[in-house]
Amino acid sequence: MAAASNNQPLLEVRNLRVEFPTRRGTLLAVDDVSFDIAPGEVLGVVGESGAGKSLTGNAIIGLLEPPGRVAGGEIRLDGRRIDNLPYEEMRKIRGARIGAIFQDPLTSLNPLYSVGRQLVETIQTHLPLSSSQAKARAIELLKEVGIPGAEMRIDHYPHQFSGGMRQRVVIALALCAGPRLIVADEPTTALDVSIQAQIIALLKRLCREHGTAVMLVTHDMGVIAETADRVAVMYAGRVAEIGPVREVVKHAKHPYTKGLMGSIPSLGVRTEKLTQIDGAMPRLTEIPRGCAFNPRCTFKGRRCLVERPNLMPAGATRAACWLHDSGGVGAPIPKETVDA
Amino acid sequence: MLAFILRRILQSSAVLLAVGLVAFSLFRYVGDPVNAMVGQDTSMEERDALREKLGLNDPAPVQFFHFIANAARGNFGLSYRTSEPVGRLILERVPATLELSFCAAVFVLFVGVPMGVYTGLYPKHWSSRLLQAISLIGISLPTFLIGILLIMVFAVMLHWLPSFGRGDTVRVGWWVTNFLTLSGLKALILPSITLGLFQLTLIMRLVRSEMLEVMRTEYIKFARARGLTNRAINFGHALKNTLVPVITVAGLQLGSLIAFAVVTETVFAWPGVGQLFIQSVQFSDIPVMAAYLLLIGLFFVLVNLVVDLLYFAVDPRLRSQGGGARVAGH
Repeated sequence: MAAASNNQPLLEVRNLRVEFPTRRGTLLAVDDVSFDIAPGEVLGVVGESGAGKSLTGNAIIGLLEPPGRVAGGEIRLDGRRIDNLPYEEMRKIRGARIGAIFQDPLTSLNPLYSVGRQLVETIQTHLPLSSSQAKARAIELLKEVGIPGAEMRIDHYPHQFSGGMRQRVVIALALCAGPRLIVADEPTTALDVSIQAQIIALLKRLCREHGTAVMLVTHDMGVIAETADRVAVMYAGRVAEIGPVREVVKHAKHPYTKGLMGSIPSLGVRTEKLTQIDGAMPRLTEIPRGCAFNPRCTFKGRRCLVERPNLMPAGATRAACWLHDSGGVGAPIPKETVDA
Repeated sequence: MLAFILRRILQSSAVLLAVGLVAFSLFRYVGDPVNAMVGQDTSMEERDALREKLGLNDPAPVQFFHFIANAARGNFGLSYRTSEPVGRLILERVPATLELSFCAAVFVLFVGVPMGVYTGLYPKHWSSRLLQAISLIGISLPTFLIGILLIMVFAVMLHWLPSFGRGDTVRVGWWVTNFLTLSGLKALILPSITLGLFQLTLIMRLVRSEMLEVMRTEYIKFARARGLTNRAINFGHALKNTLVPVITVAGLQLGSLIAFAVVTETVFAWPGVGQLFIQSVQFSDIPVMAAYLLLIGLFFVLVNLVVDLLYFAVDPRLRSQGGGARVAGH
């Protein structure tokens, strides 16, 4: 493990499996995912839609939507196991120890209550404060997330705020009770590009000031590169590569990550053409045998078709790819078979 | 806000004027009122004199104006059947109908809404499925049949409750009430259930589907992520968001509870305006029919006015229209 591994991690996810029972059999949406988040650390989780990144986040806050369920593995917060807690116990952890930020600030707030009321009820749910103390704290939080005229704005309703301002309110709500970890699921996707940077900067600053760790789920590699300490790249329900963000961006070890990085336009470097990864991520019903990435991989060998790689050390990161195993990818596959 | 209320009152007046026109046309096109008022041996001259005196020879717009002006003062003329002033006849009957409708509405809201919330929160539970199935019966059985079945069970077989009438009543000013005597209250039970059952199932199903919808929204998921208690989420956040459509429908239902009390009043021999209306139809007692029509119109308009005002109380998005910072609404 790279950053801040000298003391106990804040969050430990071990061999997490999330299943969806369907009529045509059980789908494994998150398959054997393990990672740690250190106190105060920002872990970026990237991947295409359907890679299982949001589900992993939802599993951590204990809000998988039925019929989805945690089918295996462990989630520990500060050493305490939280994935098998009864609903009421987990409710007390949500908001208090783990905050959450969702994608769409326009729909995250209840339209019928003032933002002040929503802040105060959250504060009072978790902290033993009187109404006036809670209101004072709510105003303080609104100031902290950069809402001008917080004393007056506290009585306003969500529709009276712009999208960016609403996401600031959502961040204030997530920070209400001083959580140790925030799970931010695509916090900027629904916002204008000009607002995205502000929100990311705000989130980064607040978490540094409060010492809050963040699990930042996004498909935007740019956001990750700017914000995260470490990054986990997910593909088809598994972690393809995990490591310090600079290493993963500059020296990606997994062919999928390489493809992902090649697809990001960068201003400094003049390129004729952005690279793209051919094909699409397999559907959950038809994940191939062996490495899930093998149909799209240009480096694959016979071993990739039959044996599934786990995370293994690869330079400064860890990648789930046989290229980095002493055994290699196995015998090359004749061209005809690839095309067929 | 004030402008809105004024506008609504103006619109309501227009609606009432239209209802008035229908009521007025009853006089002109349903039989000849003079025939109904005089004996067979009245001479043509006398008839013409009466016609002139009643203003029936005036042009129609003038007659309509007189009709509306009189109606606004509560003067609907004399009943053809009993020769009493129609206003008084109706006023005597209104308390019975209003009390019945009120009890039915209370029954509908206080039973229907919780049932809807419950079946919406636990849609897969067996008891929810049972309630859903029973509600189908409530929707498909006609009111009079429900009334007769209830009478059979609770009045005839069990002798628990009276099968007709208002029981003992108490006069408070001009208002005759059921609420102050035990027998009056007991007499209210069966008719209220009969009148309300259909609306109850409707409200229950509406609240249920609205709850199912709201529970899927992001803000409920976010409320869970904030660690709020189930109680706060279900009743504070979810239920309140179902209220706008529920208030709309409940308002309309209250109007129809009053209007459709006719059938229930007939089954239970309930001395309300509905029963009066049925009697008037049998005797072509047009002044009473016209007044009844206007009264029901008035109730509908009033209820809808209240509903519109309730929207403001519930939904802040309506309150700030025209004022305040309104950015990127839905």
